[in-house]
Amino acid sequence: MRHLMSPLDFSVEELDKLLDLANDIENNPAKYAHACAGKKLATLFYEPSTRTRLSHEAAMLNLGGSVLGFSSADSSSAAKGESVSDTIRTVACYADIVAMRHPKEGAPMVAAAHSSIPIINAGDGGHQHPTQTLTDLLTIRSLKGRLNNLTIGLCGDLKFGRTVHSLIQALVRYDNLNFVLISPEELRLPTYIRHDVLRRNNVPYKEVVRMEEALPDLDILYMTRVQKERFFNEEDYVRMKDFYILDKKKMELASKDMLVLHPLPRVNEISVEVDDDPRAVYFKQAKYGVYVRMALILTLLDIHVD
Amino acid sequence: MVKNTLNIGRISEGFVLDHIQAGKSMDIYKYLRLDKLDCCVAIIKNAKSNKMGKKDIIKIECPLEMIDLDILGFIDHNITVNIIENEKIVDKMSLKLPKKITNVIRCKNPRCITSIEQELDHVFILTDPEREEYRCKYCEEKYHRK
Repeated sequence: MRHLMSPLDFSVEELDKLLDLANDIENNPAKYAHACAGKKLATLFYEPSTRTRLSHEAAMLNLGGSVLGFSSADSSSAAKGESVSDTIRTVACYADIVAMRHPKEGAPMVAAAHSSIPIINAGDGGHQHPTQTLTDLLTIRSLKGRLNNLTIGLCGDLKFGRTVHSLIQALVRYDNLNFVLISPEELRLPTYIRHDVLRRNNVPYKEVVRMEEALPDLDILYMTRVQKERFFNEEDYVRMKDFYILDKKKMELASKDMLVLHPLPRVNEISVEVDDDPRAVYFKQAKYGVYVRMALILTLLDIHVD
Repeated sequence: MVKNTLNIGRISEGFVLDHIQAGKSMDIYKYLRLDKLDCCVAIIKNAKSNKMGKKDIIKIECPLEMIDLDILGFIDHNITVNIIENEKIVDKMSLKLPKKITNVIRCKNPRCITSIEQELDHVFILTDPEREEYRCKYCEEKYHRK
Protein backbone atom coordinates (compact mmCIF):
# COMPACT_ATOMS: atom_id res chain seq x y z
CA MET A 1 0.00 0.00 0.00
CA ARG A 2 1.23 3.47 -0.90
CA HIS A 3 0.54 6.92 0.45
CA LEU A 4 1.34 10.32 -1.05
CA MET A 5 3.18 12.55 1.40
CA SER A 6 5.53 14.53 -0.83
CA PRO A 7 5.76 15.11 -4.59
CA LEU A 8 9.07 13.28 -4.52
CA ASP A 9 7.39 10.05 -3.37
CA PHE A 10 7.05 9.18 -7.06
CA SER A 11 10.10 8.55 -9.22
CA VAL A 12 10.26 10.35 -12.58
CA GLU A 13 9.13 7.14 -14.30
CA GLU A 14 6.20 6.67 -11.90
CA LEU A 15 5.29 10.30 -12.36
CA ASP A 16 5.31 9.92 -16.14
CA LYS A 17 2.93 6.98 -15.80
CA LEU A 18 0.64 8.95 -13.48
CA LEU A 19 0.56 11.95 -15.84
CA ASP A 20 -0.08 9.62 -18.82
CA LEU A 21 -3.02 8.16 -16.92
CA ALA A 22 -4.33 11.66 -16.13
CA ASN A 23 -4.15 12.55 -19.82
CA ASP A 24 -6.00 9.35 -20.75
CA ILE A 25 -8.70 10.25 -18.21
CA GLU A 26 -8.93 13.72 -19.75
CA ASN A 27 -9.39 12.23 -23.22
CA ASN A 28 -11.64 9.30 -22.26
CA PRO A 29 -13.64 10.28 -19.17
CA ALA A 30 -16.40 7.72 -19.85
CA LYS A 31 -13.89 4.87 -19.63
CA TYR A 32 -13.18 5.76 -15.99
CA ALA A 33 -16.70 6.79 -14.94
CA HIS A 34 -17.30 3.67 -12.83
CA ALA A 35 -13.72 2.70 -11.97
CA CYS A 36 -14.22 3.42 -8.26
CA ALA A 37 -17.82 2.26 -7.91
CA GLY A 38 -18.39 1.14 -4.34
CA LYS A 39 -15.26 2.93 -3.08
CA LYS A 40 -15.33 5.81 -0.62
CA LEU A 41 -12.99 8.78 -0.24
CA ALA A 42 -12.86 10.43 3.19
CA THR A 43 -11.85 14.08 3.03
CA LEU A 44 -10.49 14.99 6.46
CA PHE A 45 -9.97 18.73 6.33
CA TYR A 46 -8.86 20.12 9.68
CA GLU A 47 -8.68 23.57 8.11
CA PRO A 48 -10.84 24.98 5.35
CA SER A 49 -9.67 24.69 1.77
CA THR A 50 -12.63 24.70 -0.54
CA ARG A 51 -10.67 24.23 -3.74
CA THR A 52 -8.51 21.31 -2.65
CA ARG A 53 -11.36 19.52 -0.92
CA LEU A 54 -13.78 19.95 -3.81
CA SER A 55 -11.24 18.84 -6.39
CA HIS A 56 -10.55 15.63 -4.45
CA GLU A 57 -14.27 15.04 -4.05
CA ALA A 58 -14.94 15.80 -7.72
CA ALA A 59 -12.17 13.37 -8.66
CA MET A 60 -13.74 10.54 -6.65
CA LEU A 61 -17.25 11.32 -7.89
CA ASN A 62 -16.00 11.36 -11.51
CA LEU A 63 -14.66 7.86 -10.89
CA GLY A 64 -18.07 6.65 -9.71
CA GLY A 65 -17.09 6.52 -6.04
CA SER A 66 -18.57 8.39 -3.13
CA VAL A 67 -17.24 10.82 -0.54
CA LEU A 68 -17.62 11.57 3.16
CA GLY A 69 -15.71 13.77 5.56
CA PHE A 70 -15.49 17.10 7.36
CA SER A 71 -14.26 20.49 6.30
CA SER A 72 -12.98 22.08 9.50
CA ALA A 73 -11.52 20.94 12.80
CA ASP A 74 -14.54 22.41 14.64
CA SER A 75 -16.82 19.89 13.01
CA SER A 76 -14.54 16.92 13.75
CA SER A 77 -13.56 14.96 16.82
CA ALA A 78 -10.30 16.96 16.87
CA ALA A 79 -12.33 19.63 18.65
CA LYS A 80 -12.78 17.09 21.45
CA GLY A 81 -9.04 16.50 21.55
CA GLU A 82 -8.81 13.27 19.56
CA SER A 83 -5.36 12.50 18.18
CA VAL A 84 -4.70 12.16 14.46
CA SER A 85 -3.66 8.52 14.95
CA ASP A 86 -6.96 7.62 16.65
CA THR A 87 -9.03 9.49 14.07
CA ILE A 88 -7.35 7.71 11.18
CA ARG A 89 -7.73 4.26 12.67
CA THR A 90 -11.45 4.92 12.98
CA VAL A 91 -11.89 6.49 9.56
CA ALA A 92 -10.07 3.54 7.96
CA CYS A 93 -13.09 1.46 9.06
CA TYR A 94 -15.42 3.69 7.02
CA ALA A 95 -13.53 4.58 3.84
CA ASP A 96 -11.10 3.17 1.26
CA ILE A 97 -8.82 6.18 0.85
CA VAL A 98 -8.26 9.47 2.70
CA ALA A 99 -7.34 12.98 1.60
CA MET A 100 -6.14 14.91 4.64
CA ARG A 101 -5.45 18.59 5.13
CA HIS A 102 -4.08 19.62 8.50
CA PRO A 103 -2.59 22.86 9.80
CA LYS A 104 0.17 20.95 11.61
CA GLU A 105 3.15 19.94 9.51
CA GLY A 106 3.68 16.19 9.32
CA ALA A 107 0.13 15.31 10.43
CA PRO A 108 -0.55 13.21 7.29
CA MET A 109 2.65 11.28 7.98
CA VAL A 110 1.36 10.40 11.44
CA ALA A 111 -1.91 9.35 9.82
CA ALA A 112 -0.07 7.18 7.26
CA ALA A 113 1.87 5.43 10.02
CA HIS A 114 -1.39 4.28 11.63
CA SER A 115 -3.56 3.77 8.58
CA SER A 116 -4.64 0.60 6.84
CA ILE A 117 -5.82 2.62 3.80
CA PRO A 118 -3.90 5.03 1.52
CA ILE A 119 -3.48 8.62 2.73
CA ILE A 120 -3.14 11.59 0.39
CA ASN A 121 -1.50 14.63 1.93
CA ALA A 122 -3.81 17.44 0.81
CA GLY A 123 -1.61 20.07 2.47
CA ASP A 124 0.06 20.18 5.87
CA GLY A 125 0.70 23.70 7.10
CA GLY A 126 3.54 25.37 5.23
CA HIS A 127 5.19 22.03 4.57
CA GLN A 128 3.97 20.01 1.58
CA HIS A 129 1.10 20.16 -0.88
CA PRO A 130 1.96 17.34 -3.29
CA THR A 131 -1.31 17.21 -5.23
CA GLN A 132 -0.82 20.86 -6.19
CA THR A 133 2.62 19.98 -7.53
CA LEU A 134 1.18 17.07 -9.51
CA THR A 135 -1.41 19.48 -10.90
CA ASP A 136 1.29 21.96 -11.92
CA LEU A 137 3.37 19.26 -13.58
CA LEU A 138 0.40 17.90 -15.49
CA THR A 139 -0.59 21.40 -16.64
CA ILE A 140 2.91 22.21 -17.88
CA ARG A 141 3.43 18.84 -19.56
CA SER A 142 -0.02 18.83 -21.20
CA LEU A 143 0.17 22.38 -22.53
CA LYS A 144 3.88 22.61 -23.31
CA GLY A 145 4.36 18.98 -24.25
CA ARG A 146 7.42 18.60 -22.04
CA LEU A 147 8.87 19.08 -18.58
CA ASN A 148 12.43 19.69 -19.79
CA ASN A 149 14.03 22.53 -21.79
CA LEU A 150 12.02 25.24 -20.07
CA THR A 151 12.69 28.64 -18.54
CA ILE A 152 10.38 28.97 -15.58
CA GLY A 153 9.68 32.21 -13.74
CA LEU A 154 8.37 31.93 -10.20
CA CYS A 155 6.88 35.15 -8.96
CA GLY A 156 5.63 36.54 -5.67
CA ASP A 157 5.99 34.96 -2.27
CA LEU A 158 8.87 32.59 -2.78
CA LYS A 159 9.70 32.50 0.91
CA PHE A 160 6.53 31.05 2.39
CA GLY A 161 5.02 29.67 -0.83
CA ARG A 162 5.18 25.93 -0.34
CA THR A 163 3.77 25.29 -3.83
CA VAL A 164 6.84 26.98 -5.26
CA HIS A 165 9.23 24.97 -3.08
CA SER A 166 7.58 21.68 -3.99
CA LEU A 167 7.43 22.55 -7.69
CA ILE A 168 11.13 23.37 -7.79
CA GLN A 169 12.00 20.12 -6.00
CA ALA A 170 9.93 18.14 -8.47
CA LEU A 171 11.21 19.94 -11.57
CA VAL A 172 14.94 19.78 -10.89
CA ARG A 173 14.76 16.09 -11.82
CA TYR A 174 14.23 17.09 -15.45
CA ASP A 175 16.92 18.25 -17.90
CA ASN A 176 17.87 21.69 -19.08
CA LEU A 177 15.71 23.90 -16.91
CA ASN A 178 16.33 27.52 -15.99
CA PHE A 179 14.63 29.26 -13.11
CA VAL A 180 14.02 32.97 -12.74
CA LEU A 181 13.09 33.82 -9.17
CA ILE A 182 11.06 37.01 -9.08
CA SER A 183 10.43 38.33 -5.59
CA PRO A 184 10.98 41.28 -3.28
CA GLU A 185 14.04 40.96 -1.05
CA GLU A 186 11.86 40.07 1.98
CA LEU A 187 10.18 37.15 0.20
CA ARG A 188 13.21 35.56 -1.50
CA LEU A 189 13.39 31.81 -1.95
CA PRO A 190 14.86 30.30 1.26
CA THR A 191 18.59 29.60 1.20
CA TYR A 192 18.12 25.88 1.70
CA ILE A 193 16.15 25.59 -1.54
CA ARG A 194 18.62 27.73 -3.47
CA HIS A 195 21.64 25.84 -2.15
CA ASP A 196 20.41 22.32 -1.41
CA VAL A 197 18.05 21.97 -4.35
CA LEU A 198 19.09 24.30 -7.18
CA ARG A 199 22.87 24.52 -6.73
CA ARG A 200 23.29 20.93 -5.67
CA ASN A 201 21.52 19.80 -8.85
CA ASN A 202 23.45 22.31 -10.99
CA VAL A 203 20.25 24.01 -12.08
CA PRO A 204 20.89 27.57 -13.28
CA TYR A 205 18.79 30.33 -11.73
CA LYS A 206 18.76 34.06 -11.38
CA GLU A 207 16.99 36.29 -8.92
CA VAL A 208 15.30 39.50 -10.00
CA VAL A 209 13.03 41.97 -8.28
CA ARG A 210 11.27 43.43 -11.34
CA MET A 211 8.86 41.16 -13.15
CA GLU A 212 9.24 43.16 -16.39
CA GLU A 213 12.90 42.25 -16.57
CA ALA A 214 12.17 38.53 -16.56
CA LEU A 215 9.04 38.29 -18.71
CA PRO A 216 10.56 38.22 -22.24
CA ASP A 217 12.62 35.09 -21.50
CA LEU A 218 10.00 32.92 -19.86
CA ASP A 219 8.21 29.79 -21.11
CA ILE A 220 6.21 29.55 -17.89
CA LEU A 221 5.27 32.26 -15.40
CA TYR A 222 4.10 30.76 -12.12
CA MET A 223 2.37 33.46 -10.07
CA THR A 224 1.70 33.09 -6.36
CA ARG A 225 -0.43 34.90 -3.84
CA VAL A 226 1.12 36.62 -0.86
CA GLN A 227 -0.63 34.61 1.85
CA LYS A 228 -1.91 36.60 4.78
CA GLU A 229 -1.92 33.55 7.06
CA ARG A 230 1.85 33.12 6.71
CA PHE A 231 2.60 36.58 8.16
CA PHE A 232 2.82 37.27 11.86
CA ASN A 233 2.63 40.97 11.26
CA GLU A 234 -0.26 42.70 9.45
CA GLU A 235 1.96 45.64 8.47
CA ASP A 236 4.40 43.40 6.56
CA TYR A 237 1.52 41.69 4.78
CA VAL A 238 -0.04 44.97 3.64
CA ARG A 239 3.33 46.18 2.36
CA MET A 240 3.97 42.98 0.35
CA LYS A 241 0.57 42.04 -1.01
CA ASP A 242 0.51 44.43 -3.97
CA PHE A 243 4.15 44.10 -4.92
CA TYR A 244 3.41 42.28 -8.18
CA ILE A 245 0.35 42.71 -10.33
CA LEU A 246 0.32 41.01 -13.70
CA ASP A 247 -1.75 43.03 -16.16
CA LYS A 248 -2.29 43.27 -19.92
CA LYS A 249 0.54 45.73 -20.35
CA LYS A 250 3.06 43.43 -18.72
CA MET A 251 1.74 40.48 -20.72
CA GLU A 252 2.80 42.37 -23.88
CA LEU A 253 6.41 41.88 -22.78
CA ALA A 254 6.02 38.10 -22.69
CA SER A 255 6.44 35.72 -25.60
CA LYS A 256 3.29 34.63 -27.43
CA ASP A 257 3.47 31.09 -26.07
CA MET A 258 4.40 31.81 -22.47
CA LEU A 259 1.91 30.21 -20.06
CA VAL A 260 0.68 31.85 -16.86
CA LEU A 261 -0.02 29.43 -14.02
CA HIS A 262 -1.34 30.16 -10.55
CA PRO A 263 -2.28 27.67 -7.82
CA LEU A 264 -5.33 29.83 -6.97
CA PRO A 265 -7.04 31.44 -5.19
CA ARG A 266 -5.92 34.66 -6.80
CA VAL A 267 -6.39 37.91 -4.93
CA ASN A 268 -5.14 40.79 -7.02
CA GLU A 269 -1.74 39.60 -8.27
CA ILE A 270 -3.27 38.83 -11.68
CA SER A 271 -5.56 41.47 -13.03
CA VAL A 272 -8.87 40.03 -14.28
CA GLU A 273 -8.18 41.61 -17.67
CA VAL A 274 -5.52 38.91 -18.18
CA ASP A 275 -8.09 36.11 -17.81
CA ASP A 276 -9.13 36.30 -21.47
CA ASP A 277 -5.56 36.03 -22.70
CA PRO A 278 -5.10 32.51 -24.15
CA ARG A 279 -1.79 32.31 -22.28
CA ALA A 280 -3.61 32.52 -18.93
CA VAL A 281 -4.15 28.87 -18.08
CA TYR A 282 -4.86 28.97 -14.34
CA PHE A 283 -8.47 27.89 -14.70
CA LYS A 284 -7.43 25.05 -17.02
CA GLN A 285 -4.91 24.22 -14.33
CA ALA A 286 -7.77 23.75 -11.84
CA LYS A 287 -9.30 21.26 -14.26
CA TYR A 288 -6.02 19.38 -14.59
CA GLY A 289 -6.06 19.24 -10.79
CA VAL A 290 -9.12 17.01 -10.95
CA TYR A 291 -7.64 14.73 -13.65
CA VAL A 292 -4.41 14.26 -11.77
CA ARG A 293 -6.26 13.51 -8.51
CA MET A 294 -8.37 10.95 -10.38
CA ALA A 295 -5.17 9.33 -11.63
CA LEU A 296 -3.74 9.46 -8.12
CA ILE A 297 -6.78 7.82 -6.51
CA LEU A 298 -6.67 5.01 -9.10
CA THR A 299 -2.94 4.55 -8.60
CA LEU A 300 -3.09 4.46 -4.80
CA LEU A 301 -6.07 2.13 -4.82
CA ASP A 302 -4.24 0.01 -7.41
CA ILE A 303 -7.23 0.04 -9.76
CA HIS A 304 -6.48 -0.59 -13.42
CA VAL A 305 -8.91 0.25 -16.21
CA ASP A 306 -8.43 -1.47 -19.56
CA MET B 1 49.69 12.37 54.34
CA VAL B 2 46.70 13.01 52.10
CA LYS B 3 47.73 13.81 48.55
CA ASN B 4 46.02 16.69 46.81
CA THR B 5 44.68 14.52 43.97
CA LEU B 6 41.31 13.15 42.96
CA ASN B 7 41.17 9.39 42.68
CA ILE B 8 38.33 7.38 41.31
CA GLY B 9 38.56 3.61 41.53
CA ARG B 10 38.79 1.25 38.59
CA ILE B 11 35.61 -0.16 37.17
CA SER B 12 35.26 -3.83 36.41
CA GLU B 13 32.71 -3.65 33.59
CA GLY B 14 31.38 -0.61 31.80
CA PHE B 15 32.53 2.46 29.88
CA VAL B 16 34.94 5.32 30.23
CA LEU B 17 33.92 8.23 28.09
CA ASP B 18 37.03 10.33 27.57
CA HIS B 19 37.81 13.58 25.76
CA ILE B 20 34.44 15.08 26.48
CA GLN B 21 34.47 18.79 25.82
CA ALA B 22 34.90 20.51 29.20
CA GLY B 23 31.54 21.40 30.69
CA LYS B 24 29.52 19.01 28.53
CA SER B 25 29.51 15.99 30.84
CA MET B 26 26.18 16.85 32.47
CA ASP B 27 24.54 17.11 29.03
CA ILE B 28 25.79 13.63 28.23
CA TYR B 29 24.64 12.37 31.63
CA LYS B 30 21.18 13.63 30.68
CA TYR B 31 21.17 12.36 27.06
CA LEU B 32 22.29 8.88 28.11
CA ARG B 33 19.63 8.94 30.84
CA LEU B 34 22.21 7.90 33.41
CA ASP B 35 20.01 9.30 36.17
CA LYS B 36 17.61 6.45 35.44
CA LEU B 37 20.28 3.76 35.91
CA ASP B 38 20.98 2.14 39.24
CA CYS B 39 24.72 1.95 38.75
CA CYS B 40 27.90 3.68 39.74
CA VAL B 41 28.66 6.80 37.67
CA ALA B 42 31.59 9.14 38.17
CA ILE B 43 31.75 12.50 36.49
CA ILE B 44 35.07 14.27 36.33
CA LYS B 45 34.90 17.86 35.23
CA ASN B 46 37.74 19.99 33.93
CA ALA B 47 40.40 17.31 34.08
CA LYS B 48 43.80 18.30 32.64
CA SER B 49 44.30 17.24 29.03
CA ASN B 50 47.35 17.65 26.82
CA LYS B 51 45.19 17.56 23.72
CA MET B 52 42.27 19.70 24.85
CA GLY B 53 43.62 21.80 27.72
CA LYS B 54 40.82 20.56 29.91
CA LYS B 55 38.20 17.92 29.41
CA ASP B 56 35.41 16.03 31.13
CA ILE B 57 35.37 12.28 31.72
CA ILE B 58 32.49 9.99 32.66
CA LYS B 59 32.99 6.52 34.11
CA ILE B 60 30.01 4.24 34.12
CA GLU B 61 30.01 0.87 35.82
CA CYS B 62 27.28 -1.21 34.25
CA PRO B 63 26.71 -4.22 31.98
CA LEU B 64 27.77 -3.28 28.43
CA GLU B 65 24.36 -3.80 26.88
CA MET B 66 22.66 -1.40 29.25
CA ILE B 67 23.57 1.80 27.45
CA ASP B 68 22.85 2.86 23.88
CA LEU B 69 25.89 4.86 22.92
CA ASP B 70 24.75 5.72 19.40
CA ILE B 71 23.54 9.06 20.63
CA LEU B 72 27.10 10.05 21.59
CA GLY B 73 27.92 10.29 17.91
CA PHE B 74 25.24 12.95 17.62
CA ILE B 75 26.41 14.87 20.67
CA ASP B 76 30.12 14.88 19.91
CA HIS B 77 31.88 12.32 17.74
CA ASN B 78 35.28 13.31 19.18
CA ILE B 79 34.49 11.56 22.44
CA THR B 80 36.58 8.45 23.02
CA VAL B 81 34.59 5.48 24.27
CA ASN B 82 36.66 2.93 26.15
CA ILE B 83 34.97 -0.36 26.82
CA ILE B 84 36.02 -1.97 30.06
CA GLU B 85 35.86 -5.64 30.97
CA ASN B 86 37.68 -7.21 33.91
CA GLU B 87 39.08 -3.79 34.80
CA LYS B 88 40.85 -3.51 31.43
CA ILE B 89 40.18 -1.55 28.27
CA VAL B 90 39.14 -4.23 25.79
CA ASP B 91 37.95 -2.02 22.97
CA LYS B 92 37.71 1.56 21.80
CA MET B 93 34.54 2.40 19.99
CA SER B 94 34.54 4.83 17.10
CA LEU B 95 31.51 7.05 17.03
CA LYS B 96 29.39 7.66 14.01
CA LEU B 97 26.51 10.02 13.46
CA PRO B 98 23.36 7.99 14.10
CA LYS B 99 20.99 7.87 11.11
CA LYS B 100 17.99 8.42 13.34
CA ILE B 101 17.57 9.79 16.84
CA THR B 102 14.42 9.27 18.81
CA ASN B 103 13.25 11.30 21.80
CA VAL B 104 16.60 12.88 22.44
CA ILE B 105 15.97 16.30 20.99
CA ARG B 106 12.58 17.90 20.51
CA CYS B 107 11.21 19.63 17.45
CA LYS B 108 10.92 23.34 18.17
CA ASN B 109 8.67 24.13 15.22
CA PRO B 110 5.34 25.25 16.73
CA ARG B 111 3.58 24.21 13.52
CA CYS B 112 4.87 20.62 13.74
CA ILE B 113 2.43 17.81 14.56
CA THR B 114 4.76 16.76 17.40
CA SER B 115 3.59 19.89 19.25
CA ILE B 116 0.06 18.49 19.69
CA GLU B 117 -0.13 14.76 18.97
CA GLN B 118 -0.17 12.73 22.19
CA GLU B 119 2.73 10.38 22.84
CA LEU B 120 4.27 10.95 19.43
CA ASP B 121 8.00 10.24 19.36
CA HIS B 122 10.25 13.13 18.41
CA VAL B 123 12.28 11.60 15.60
CA PHE B 124 15.13 13.31 13.75
CA ILE B 125 16.73 11.91 10.60
CA LEU B 126 20.31 12.53 9.47
CA THR B 127 19.74 14.30 6.15
CA ASP B 128 23.24 15.57 5.43
CA PRO B 129 26.12 13.65 7.04
CA GLU B 130 28.70 16.12 5.69
CA ARG B 131 27.11 19.04 7.45
CA GLU B 132 25.91 16.88 10.33
CA GLU B 133 22.40 18.06 9.62
CA TYR B 134 19.34 16.53 11.23
CA ARG B 135 15.74 17.26 10.30
CA CYS B 136 12.48 16.43 12.02
CA LYS B 137 10.92 13.36 10.43
CA TYR B 138 7.51 15.03 10.33
CA CYS B 139 7.94 18.70 9.43
CA GLU B 140 11.56 18.53 8.11
CA GLU B 141 12.55 21.48 10.29
CA LYS B 142 16.32 21.58 10.73
CA TYR B 143 17.70 20.99 14.20
CA HIS B 144 19.92 23.87 15.26
CA ARG B 145 22.64 22.96 17.69
CA LYS B 146 23.20 25.43 20.51
